[in-house]
Amino acid sequence: MAIAPHIRVENLDVRYGAVRALKGITADIPRKMISVIIGPSGCGKSTLLRTFNRLVETAGDARVSGRVLVDGADIFAPGTDVTAVRKRMGLLSQRPYPLPMSIFDNVAYGPRVHGVRDRRTLAAVVEGRLRQAGLWEEVRDRLHAPASRLSLGQQQRLCLARGLAVEPEIILGDEPTSALDPRSSQHIERIFMELKREYTIVLVTHILRQARRLADYVLFLYLGELVEHGPAREIFENPREEMTRDYIGGAIS
Amino acid sequence: MGNRRRVLADRIAGRFMLLLSVSSGLLICVMAWALLRRSLPILAVKPLSAVLLSDDWMPMRGAFGLFPFIMGTIWVTAAAVLIAVPLSLLAAVYLSEYAPAAVRSAAAPLVDLLAGIPSVIYGIWGILAIVPLIKNRVGPLFGVHATGYSVLAGGVVLAVMIAPVIIHVAAEVFAAVPREMREASLALGATRWQTVRHVVLRRARAGLFAAVGLGFSRAFGETMAVLMVAGNVARVPSSVFDPAYPLPALIANNYGEMLSIPLYDAALMLAALVLLLVVLVFNVVSRIVLIRIEGGLR
Repeated sequence: MAIAPHIRVENLDVRYGAVRALKGITADIPRKMISVIIGPSGCGKSTLLRTFNRLVETAGDARVSGRVLVDGADIFAPGTDVTAVRKRMGLLSQRPYPLPMSIFDNVAYGPRVHGVRDRRTLAAVVEGRLRQAGLWEEVRDRLHAPASRLSLGQQQRLCLARGLAVEPEIILGDEPTSALDPRSSQHIERIFMELKREYTIVLVTHILRQARRLADYVLFLYLGELVEHGPAREIFENPREEMTRDYIGGAIS
Repeated sequence: MGNRRRVLADRIAGRFMLLLSVSSGLLICVMAWALLRRSLPILAVKPLSAVLLSDDWMPMRGAFGLFPFIMGTIWVTAAAVLIAVPLSLLAAVYLSEYAPAAVRSAAAPLVDLLAGIPSVIYGIWGILAIVPLIKNRVGPLFGVHATGYSVLAGGVVLAVMIAPVIIHVAAEVFAAVPREMREASLALGATRWQTVRHVVLRRARAGLFAAVGLGFSRAFGETMAVLMVAGNVARVPSSVFDPAYPLPALIANNYGEMLSIPLYDAALMLAALVLLLVVLVFNVVSRIVLIRIEGGLR
């Protein structure tokens, strides 16, 4: 790869108690592209994604070994400021979870916890990010209504705007369209295609067609092991491993 | 054949248990009704407001103002709630958000154990530890020299008694906040404390009011421990170092002894009715809120 990877994973192992969820993963995530992690459910896709912003350790019994380097710095190194690591990444979860507050306050939440108080700055951030997430026109008249009143599709775009508001470099999506109707899913996918010009995007999905539509780079996980990774075209059209061929061909799922 | 008997037994058991549940609910109505009927004699000679709002308590002369007792209850309960709520909420936050799983599973039964200790034990602890402490240390600090039997003593003892209730319910309310909501906040770079303050507490607000409501209703009706340490002087307290005479203590101390005095019985029944209704309302409202939270309705 010509450019240095944005995220580099080296010998990553994650255990939940006695269960080994990830086994010796080594991979690179390229910058300003959409990388998609595919694989059957329960194979460790979400766990891998959650190591990138260290949410994995909020599960009490999780133990991580190995390294995850973001721009060359190990985010699991002792003395690392976890909040600073997380601020560099926006997260979209499977179902949208708006915070229990208004639409405005949801987007302003991130800047506020990082100390932004100026109301004009906040208002500008909120408008800018809602526009970026394609939600501004739909909510501009009810910014102070509770976020929980929005439709699921709108809530997911709100969560995207909320994540963008802390000015991350990386967007992580854990099956971000799985709870949405087809139209909303399509909307989110379109936004991702635009965002990849400025952001590194890592998505987890078990929908192969979605992976084909979006991926520039693919990582295929099976039972906690990284079977194959590489540019999307190679993986989809000419996979090296038989396991990958079987999965993409639909022989295993 | 065997099958028919099984079904029949199931049906009978179901009906029987339904009957039991309904009758326990009815029991409260019957009790309220009985209390109302027995308090009618005093309501026949005096308007309700005159009994509840008069501070003239002279049973020998036929004056039954319940105001000092109502205020005594309110003072002691308020003291207990003010002491218990912040401490209990912080304890519940610690247990649900910070404590490692091992600490959590060890602490939860201990907290529940505190709730099961007989109240007379708390009363004795109050007399032996809290009352002297207030008399010798806390009171003099504020220039007050009194016996120590006071609103404050009652409040402290009650606070310890209601804390387990509030901690237990609050911890359950926190547990009902979705993990993903915390993660959404953490993923934005918020610290754990910021997440607790701005997300968990806000989301749990209704449930926390319910937790406090349950603690309040326990404090409001608690009899024995308060009776032992509050001093029992029929006067409206004007400071936390004054003695108080809460409603439950009034009823427990006097029922059965002073009944030769005309209308005394009816006055106590009215006091009991007021107590029952207040506690009932707080309990029912709190439980409804909690049930709604558990059902995921918001």
